[in-house]
Amino acid sequence: MQAFADLIQQLERAAGTRGRVAALADHLGAVEPADAAWALALLLGKRRRRLITGRRLRQICLERSGLPEWLFDSCHAQVGDSAETIALLLPQLALPPATPLELPLAEWMDSRLPALAALEGEAQAQAVLTIWAALPDGQCFLFNKLLTGGFRVGVAAGLVIRALAQVSGLEEAELAHRLMGGFEPSPEAMEALLAPLAAGVAAPISRPYPFCLASPLETERLEATDPAGWQVEWKWDGIRAQLIRRNGQTFLWSRGEELINASFPDLDGMAEGLPQGTVLDGELTVWPAEASQPAGFGPLQRRLGRQKPGAALLRECPAAFVAYDLLERGGQDLRPAPLFQRRAALEDLLRGLPEAVPTPAAGLLRLSPVLPLGSWEELETLRQQARFVGAEGLMLKALDSSYGVGRRRGLWWKHKLEPMELDAVLLYAQAGSGRRANLYTDYTFGLWDGEGRLVTFAKAYSGLDDSEITELDRWIRRHTTERFGPVRAVEPLQVFTLGFEGLQRSSRHRSGLAVRFPRILRWRRDRTPESADSLSSAQALLEDPAAAPRLASQ
Amino acid sequence: MVLPGDGLIQLTPEGLYCPAADAWIDPWRPVSRALITHGHADHARPGCGEYWAVATGEGVLRQRLGASIALTAVGYGEERSLGGARVSFHSAGHVLGSAQIRITAGDETWLISGDYKRDADPSCAPFEAVAADVLITEATFGLPIYRWRPGRQVAAEILAWWRQAPQRPSLLFAYAFGKAQRLLAELAALGVEEEVLLHGAVQALMAPYTSVGVVLPPTRPLSELPRSESLAGRLVIAPPSAHRSPWMKRFVTPQTAFVSGWMAVRGARRRRGFERGFALSDHADWDGLLRTVVDSGARQVYVTHGNSDGLARFLREEQGLAAEPLGRAFEGQRSDEGEAAS
Repeated sequence: MQAFADLIQQLERAAGTRGRVAALADHLGAVEPADAAWALALLLGKRRRRLITGRRLRQICLERSGLPEWLFDSCHAQVGDSAETIALLLPQLALPPATPLELPLAEWMDSRLPALAALEGEAQAQAVLTIWAALPDGQCFLFNKLLTGGFRVGVAAGLVIRALAQVSGLEEAELAHRLMGGFEPSPEAMEALLAPLAAGVAAPISRPYPFCLASPLETERLEATDPAGWQVEWKWDGIRAQLIRRNGQTFLWSRGEELINASFPDLDGMAEGLPQGTVLDGELTVWPAEASQPAGFGPLQRRLGRQKPGAALLRECPAAFVAYDLLERGGQDLRPAPLFQRRAALEDLLRGLPEAVPTPAAGLLRLSPVLPLGSWEELETLRQQARFVGAEGLMLKALDSSYGVGRRRGLWWKHKLEPMELDAVLLYAQAGSGRRANLYTDYTFGLWDGEGRLVTFAKAYSGLDDSEITELDRWIRRHTTERFGPVRAVEPLQVFTLGFEGLQRSSRHRSGLAVRFPRILRWRRDRTPESADSLSSAQALLEDPAAAPRLASQ
Repeated sequence: MVLPGDGLIQLTPEGLYCPAADAWIDPWRPVSRALITHGHADHARPGCGEYWAVATGEGVLRQRLGASIALTAVGYGEERSLGGARVSFHSAGHVLGSAQIRITAGDETWLISGDYKRDADPSCAPFEAVAADVLITEATFGLPIYRWRPGRQVAAEILAWWRQAPQRPSLLFAYAFGKAQRLLAELAALGVEEEVLLHGAVQALMAPYTSVGVVLPPTRPLSELPRSESLAGRLVIAPPSAHRSPWMKRFVTPQTAFVSGWMAVRGARRRRGFERGFALSDHADWDGLLRTVVDSGARQVYVTHGNSDGLARFLREEQGLAAEPLGRAFEGQRSDEGEAAS
């Protein structure tokens, strides 16, 4: 495992992309296939199985060290990660010296860690302590991370794939495709992944294509082009998904490469009506058959969390797949074809579906409409209409573009609605984790109720730059009024403009409102807390989303 | 928590005050008489009527507060009378000329630790354990996650880091007063005889060290190196404030590292944006803090700076000592420099 621990350290230290890719390629090319397979799965985040809870490790650490729980929690607040906290506390455990234990990564992952998880009680505690005592410097943190399933490396999947391409001589796009839909780490899987094209290794029928991703709109770049070259669609407020029908089987993949068939049995019948060898790219929504627009993200969230939804939920929150691209037809990969051809094929496919299949009529499969656009001047008007059809903005896709792997800037743009805005007062702060450990970066904001009290409204973690974060952190430390464990209450003096994508009624929140994607837009040093918004202005947004721009401009 | 109003040491808006000696210890604002534990900016501030400090710290203080300050220099352990109190300075092992200050009046002795560390440091006198009835200790690193490895070991890693990049300049960021000289002294002890280049802020602090005979490798201000000369393979020591400043323009593809106790934590390393972080501090680690409390034999402990609440609670609940944080008054007082000095 030392080689892998060293790689993680190198990735942390290397500043440039080239150095990181080189370190990855060196490692993947040098270690045994079984270890390379595991390294790959871990680097790509394809395996995050929790074998022992962080809580259990904490308990073992506390029992052995005799440290009080509150002190462990203070340490955790400073470090932001239990695996690392425990690694740093190891000297406090006074473990007897032991012969260093060095095993291959695959042996840890395939047998040692699962064996440890299978133990219970005192036997497990002893086994963990024995390993802690024997791990070489720097491996304890990694060991804890792997055991608790919290291992994450700050390295983009694209870089890992580039390194693999260097090692194997295969194209990055080919590797990205082969890695879609899960990778079970084994020497055989590694061999199949890196097999030459000519070897003709058959792809599993469940395998999805890598998603083509959009970038936030760069208006100047767009307006330099001819509007006639673009396909404009609504940007639906659902989740991106790929629907595959091959060999009589259906696979519904989320963008996170999770198979989510089980959560959406209401789409099964529709999918059975699709011809064999069909892959649709689209948006998964909750959209009742008779409704003119989708039901919003809240109902969809209820569906996403449920493995086998009951009849009542299916009735209340019926799913629909909104198709906007056709990636495979008759088993043929259409991705190299230009968008206008794929669109024509998609429309043709939907038209040709047998009448007996409960498809468009029942609203289970919908075609994302193409919106007319004569000139760039009309774009803004079109975007503002998104609010009224339950969309979150516009998508612009170059008509002559092939379906790319990942984010290819300039071919697909997303043009979202301006967020709703409210001015809120900072009430509580908590230290972040990872890079933001020991910095107060998790903020809770409040709005005024009718009786002169500030009511908690939203939490936000992003939107300030590094120097603002540092400044606010210092301010928070000096203006703390109370501490509740890691949380500090501060004097209600600082006002921030929060942006968010939507509001929903919620009985679980004190304000009666759930906020979608809240983030800080601006630190309003010009504002006094008295001038912050009230809950009633938030409720007004709930009644009339179009009021948002008006409010923000006040 | 504030100190009792009738005690030997009291907390005033200017900082810790001893009425019997009519003197403040490391005051935050100008006062008539200041007893200074050491020269870091959050402990030694300008504008006081008279200063008392350890003789080996005099050079640094005059340089930072003005050559003409009224300064009474005393030796470690030397006892002086001041008003109705007896005052002595004892080595704190923090930086050159750093002291714990002991004040006795009537039958009571208080010890103000200032900043201190228990680890070996070839650039300054070692910490001296001092007994007192009441101890005021710092707790900058008052959490058990902070456990320092010997400075020599960290210096050896820094040396290896420098050696592995013969084609690149190695920029080592360390606090200009104390940490930089400690690193140089450790490198000298490891046999380094090559010239090390210094940022102006570090250079300015070298004379007080060489004048008391601390063994250091040869050094030269970077500004005196001809522009044409290659910086590949050279070690350069600079204060953290120079990181990402225009000063860095001179270096082509340097490797960067930061030396600080905070670097023990991964999140802090990643946040600071240095390629490497070496955990080395001039403050006491958790075990060093506990040991110092025990060594003092104090019946009452007050804790300032950093995790003052936590250390006080631990002493109270786990060790049965009377301990209270003096936290908040001190929390805002750490200057950037003081933080970086850690």
